[in-house]
Amino acid sequence: MVQRIKLYIVQNGPLLLTFAVFLLVYFVGAQMYPVMQKPQVFFNLFINDSSLLLVSIGMTMVILSGGGGIDLSVGGVIALVSTASAAMLRSGVSPYVVLPLMIVMGVALGALMGWIIQYLKVQPFIATLMGLYFTRGMAYIISLTSVTIKDAVYKKIALTPIYIPFMEKAYIYPTTLVGPIMLLIAIYLLSFSRFGRTIYAMGNNEQSALLMGLAVPRTKVLVYAFSGLCSALAGIVFSMSLLAGYGQFATGMELDSIASVVIGGTSLAGGVGNVIGTLFGVLIHGTIVSILQFNGTLSSWWTRIGVGVLTLIAIGIQSVTYIKRKHS
Amino acid sequence: MKQMSFLRRIRDSRLFWPLMAWFIILLFNAIVKPSFFKLSIMPDPVYGNHLYGNLIDIFNNGAPLILVSIGMTLVIATGGIDLSVGAVIAISAAMGTVLINPALGQKLISNEILTRNATNTPLPLIILADLAAGTLCGLWNGLLVSRARIQPMVATLILMVAGRGIAQLITGGQIMTIYYTPYFWFGNGYILGLPVSIYIVALVFILVWLLVRKTAIGLFIESVGTNARSTYYSGINEQNVTLLAYVVCGICGAIAGLIFSSYVHSADGNNNGMYYELDAILAVVMGGTLMTGGRFSIFASIIGAVVIWTFTVTVYSLGVPANALLAAKAVLVLVVILLYSDFARRLRYQLFERRGSHHGTAN
Repeated sequence: MVQRIKLYIVQNGPLLLTFAVFLLVYFVGAQMYPVMQKPQVFFNLFINDSSLLLVSIGMTMVILSGGGGIDLSVGGVIALVSTASAAMLRSGVSPYVVLPLMIVMGVALGALMGWIIQYLKVQPFIATLMGLYFTRGMAYIISLTSVTIKDAVYKKIALTPIYIPFMEKAYIYPTTLVGPIMLLIAIYLLSFSRFGRTIYAMGNNEQSALLMGLAVPRTKVLVYAFSGLCSALAGIVFSMSLLAGYGQFATGMELDSIASVVIGGTSLAGGVGNVIGTLFGVLIHGTIVSILQFNGTLSSWWTRIGVGVLTLIAIGIQSVTYIKRKHS
Repeated sequence: MKQMSFLRRIRDSRLFWPLMAWFIILLFNAIVKPSFFKLSIMPDPVYGNHLYGNLIDIFNNGAPLILVSIGMTLVIATGGIDLSVGAVIAISAAMGTVLINPALGQKLISNEILTRNATNTPLPLIILADLAAGTLCGLWNGLLVSRARIQPMVATLILMVAGRGIAQLITGGQIMTIYYTPYFWFGNGYILGLPVSIYIVALVFILVWLLVRKTAIGLFIESVGTNARSTYYSGINEQNVTLLAYVVCGICGAIAGLIFSSYVHSADGNNNGMYYELDAILAVVMGGTLMTGGRFSIFASIIGAVVIWTFTVTVYSLGVPANALLAAKAVLVLVVILLYSDFARRLRYQLFERRGSHHGTAN
């Protein structure tokens, strides 16, 4: 029994630790600022970080697929989707046309980058860097200034609160639900589908996955397409929450998202980790931000330093558990 | 026969493709906008008469990127990557500014004290402090990679995220403007009609070149990049070789930050050196150094950086809005990707082979 518990802890070490760190950070915050004990503050984490969560889900998939996989274009796609949709809505296109179009655009961009990476044998870093430059540049070409969204449907979706049952005055927005739904889809894909198992196999050893007869090339393109889908959804959520579109939105979100994935226990070498850890990575990021907000005197740069320190700790834990797993 | 081997040598040279790219951009300018090459002598009461024109701008504005690319080449040659150089630039710029006038960040002090043309720290000390900061950042990255055995991308990600926070911490979260005129010399001054930054770049290049080509260190770096384990078994202290590469990269970043802040007369922890790490990696890849490590050429990376800046200045001179530059850059990256892809390489190989064999039979 003890042996089993030990094995479980060793196997799920990073995930459990991320969970523990989240609880610890939240508990400390709640002790310092009693306001944080209100359930609404907890739901605010999901409201404020909904686009970061979406982007990080896609990023987790990409990183899990290994081979130096990384998607630097996520922030750019958010900027492009928000600006393009705002500009289209301004010129009177129906939102029921705009929304599917944006999703198709995100998937197409992701698939294109995946295709370049897989078939032109380009480093993911360089290919997605091109994606970042391209999407941000296109956003600026569409509009150099911020475009406000005045569409009635957008406003309705963005501003209708959904009250949480059995809780007083706790609410979320419809856009908040997109992240958790995609999370469930990602969990299903990664744990119960052939697609997900191929991702893990590729991440551990691409060559042997290929020799096993798995559809590695197709999966790689699909992984980047999935990340593009997540980024497009994040862009829609982002533009709805601010009711605007701008090329400068979500600068540096690719870094926050990579940091969240790493804090969540996913190895950047690929093949190890899961999206549940990423969820807690994102929540930790959100908690640090809210603690800083409640404090009021601490400046925003402490977020960056805090995230950096947490990344360091997460990596330290990862390398320790990795060594242990090797021994056991 | 001799001619063929000469052709081959040109084709196989690492400098061939980056130089080719540079010439194509210059050719484009020569056709579309011949005034691009105009050089005139500008009388300047402060720094003396100096050359003025787009070509000078390329080297003067591109100096920070060239410097960063030199350091990045060594790091990439060891099979690593340094994502933190942009943050190091910001830290170094912030350090210099704060040492000139620690009161700059505070609003309550009278305007006269803030904007006076004086420094609290002697200039040599500021340079030393900047270099020390860069060395520290490099040491941190290098120790994480070589001793703690963390993947380079993750290890440097930490400083990339936290470094901008540290830079803002130093400046108190404000954009600080510098009023001390001798400090501007690094980015705006001229020696014999050429910008000071060109001399700094040349000095750093010569020093690093001597370090890697006149000692065995360059060979060690290439061997670490090719196979770290076998390097270790050959009796080379591969950990220290890796550490050295990161430290050199950190120092290069610090010098770049010094020139950068001197050029724009200010320090902004949030935006100084934004995307420089990405541009530097692009420059190194353009120079033909593989991202998996191994053989490297510093000069080729410098040409890669020059290509990026020539492209930037070209786009500006065509009147494209600054913000649309990013989209144009994406096109540049796409061209680089296509040129360096296996498909293009195969095509090129066949083309050259056929021509080569033709020469062979003709002779």
